[in-house]
Amino acid sequence: MTAAAAPSRPALPPELIRLLMRVAAVLVIGLALSVLSGAFLSVVNLVNVLRQAALLFFMSSGLTLVVITAGLDLSVGATIGLAACLAGTVIKSTGDPWLGVAAALSVGAAVGLLNGMMVSLLRIPSFIATYGMLWVLQGLTYTFMAGSTVYGFPRGFRQLGNGYLIGIPIPVLLMAALLLVGTLFAQRSVWGQQITMIGANPMAARLSGVPVKRRLILVYTLSGLTAGFAALVFLARLDSAEADIGGALTLPAIAAVLIGGTSLFGGVGTLTGTFVGALLLTLVLNGMNLLHVEGNWQPLVTGLIIIAAVWLDLRGHRIRS
Amino acid sequence: MTALALPGRLRAPGLLLMLAVMLGGFAFATRDFTTPGNLLNILLQSSVLLLIALPMTFVILTEGLDLSIGAVLSLCSVALAQTALATGSFMAALSVALLVGGLIGALNGGLVAYLRIPPFVATLGTLGVAQSLALIVTGGQSVTGLPDSVLFVYGGSVLGVRVPILLMIAAYALMHTLLYRTRFGSYVFALGGNREALTLAGVPWRRILVMVYVLAGAWAGLAGLLMAGRLNSGHPTAGIGMEFDAIAAVALGGTSFERGNGWLMGTLLGVLTIGILRNGLNLLAVSSALQVCCIGLLVILTFTLEAFRTQTP
Repeated sequence: MTAAAAPSRPALPPELIRLLMRVAAVLVIGLALSVLSGAFLSVVNLVNVLRQAALLFFMSSGLTLVVITAGLDLSVGATIGLAACLAGTVIKSTGDPWLGVAAALSVGAAVGLLNGMMVSLLRIPSFIATYGMLWVLQGLTYTFMAGSTVYGFPRGFRQLGNGYLIGIPIPVLLMAALLLVGTLFAQRSVWGQQITMIGANPMAARLSGVPVKRRLILVYTLSGLTAGFAALVFLARLDSAEADIGGALTLPAIAAVLIGGTSLFGGVGTLTGTFVGALLLTLVLNGMNLLHVEGNWQPLVTGLIIIAAVWLDLRGHRIRS
Repeated sequence: MTALALPGRLRAPGLLLMLAVMLGGFAFATRDFTTPGNLLNILLQSSVLLLIALPMTFVILTEGLDLSIGAVLSLCSVALAQTALATGSFMAALSVALLVGGLIGALNGGLVAYLRIPPFVATLGTLGVAQSLALIVTGGQSVTGLPDSVLFVYGGSVLGVRVPILLMIAAYALMHTLLYRTRFGSYVFALGGNREALTLAGVPWRRILVMVYVLAGAWAGLAGLLMAGRLNSGHPTAGIGMEFDAIAAVALGGTSFERGNGWLMGTLLGVLTIGILRNGLNLLAVSSALQVCCIGLLVILTFTLEAFRTQTP
C-alpha cells in the first residue's frame, strides 16, 4: 500500500469487490425467493438454510485449501460416507459418542494423508489420485455396511446436528468458529502463506525454501479431517447412516468452493468466499425445493454452476492479464 | 511408428505378466474360471467397457479426461430405450442414442477447447447434467419391454459368433486405424504432446479437440445400446462408475495422463485385465463394491510402480 497508488479514485481491492458481488448475489436470490415463495422468509426456513450451509461449509473448508494449492479433492463425498458409516456403527455398538467422533476424524485424516502422499510423493495428478480414492472408499463403505442402515443415536450426540446454544443452532456456531480459525490459519499464519504460495507458483515456493511436499500432505490431511467432521454433523442431523450417504455430496462441495471465488488454478481463495459460496448454493437448492422443483434437477444445476464459476474465474484471469 | 508410442509399449511385458498371474490365480482358485463358457462371458462382459475405453484413450492422449462418460452412457441407454418403445424402430433408437451422446460430447469439447475449462471440471459439471437428465426423463424408473432388435445386439449371433464380440473387433479395428493411420490420429497425439506445434502449423486444433470429445460421447451412445441389450432395459443409473473402469483400463494399459504418451493395444489389454479381475472375483463371490476397490488399488499400484521407475535416475 503506497500513497502513489490510485490517485484518481480510491479503489477497493479487487478481491473485496468480487466478494461483495457474491454477497449481493446472495441478497438478490434471497429477495427473489421471498417474493416467489411464501415459505422462504420464515424463521424456520432461514435457520434451516443456515444449518444446511454450515454442513456444506464443513466439507468445503478443507477442500478450499486444496484448491488454493491448484489441486482438487474428488474424494470428499466418499470420505464423508465412510466416516459417517464407521462412526455411526461405533456409536451404536459402544454407546460412546466420543469413540465415534474419534473414528470419524481419524478415518478422515488417514484418507487425506494417503491422498496427500499420492499427490506429493508419487506426483499423481490430484484429480486422478483422489478420484481413484473415491471409488476405493465407496467400495469399502458399501462392503462394510452390506446394505444395512444404522440409526437411533444418543440424544447428546444428536445435539451436534439439531441442538441450539443461546438460541443459535450448534452447527452454525461451529461454522463460525471454523471460519474464524481457518481464516486466521490461511491468511495470517506462515503455513497458510506458504500454502497460497505453492498454489501461486510452486517453483518459486520450492526455491524459497517452502517444504512443498510436507505442506501438500498437510493440506490434503486437513481436507480429509474436515470431511470427517462434516460426516459427524451430518450423522447427528440425519440420525442415521447408510452406504450411499456421501454419494451426492461431491458436486456441491466443489461447487461451493468454486463459486466462492477460489481459483481452480491455484494461489487465490479465501474461506470467507467459500462460506458465501456455500450460502449461495444452499439458497439456490433450498429455493428449488420451495418452488417444488424435482430433486433430480439438483445435479444438473450444481454441475452448471461449477462450469459457470470456472468460466467466470478464467474470464477474470484474462481481463486482469 | 512414432517414438511417442514407445513408452506405452514398454509397459507391455508387465501388463502381460499381470494378466498371466491373474489368469493362473483364478484358474487355480476357482473351478469354473477356465470353462469355455466363462471365458466367453469375460469377453461379453468387457464389451461395453471396451467401447468407452477406446475413445477414452483418445481423450486422455490429448491430456484430457472425461468423467461424464458413465452418466452419458446411462442417459444414452435410457434415450435409446424410450425411443425404441415409442417408435419401434431400431435405427431411430440408435440414432437418438448416438445424437444424445454426440451432443453432450460436443458440450464437453466446447467447454474444454473454446472456454478452456480444465477437462476434469468441465466433464464433472456435465456428469451432473447427464445424470439429472437421465433421472428426469425416466422419473428414476427403468425403461423395460425393449424390442427384440435391441436385445439381439447383446444376445444374438451372426455366423456363430456373438454380436458383442464382432462389435468389439470392429470397434478396435476402426479406432486403431483412426489413431495410427489417419491425420486425425496424429493430431490426437500432438494435442497432448505438442499443442504448440499444431498452432504453429495452422491446424484448427480446437475443432479437432471438440471432435475427440464428440467421438467419446457417440461411442458411449453405441455402448448404451449394448448395455440396454444386456440389461434388457434402459436404466438411468446403470452406467454410474463405468467411467472409472474406463479410466482405469486406460491407465493400466500404460497411457500417460501427461504429454500424449499412449498405446491403444494397451487399453485393450487393460480392458481384459479388468474384465478378468471382475469375473474372477465374481466367481469368488466378492461383492461388486469390493471389486471396484480392487481395481482402484490396482491402478494406484500401477502409478506407484511408474513413479518409482521415472524418479530413479
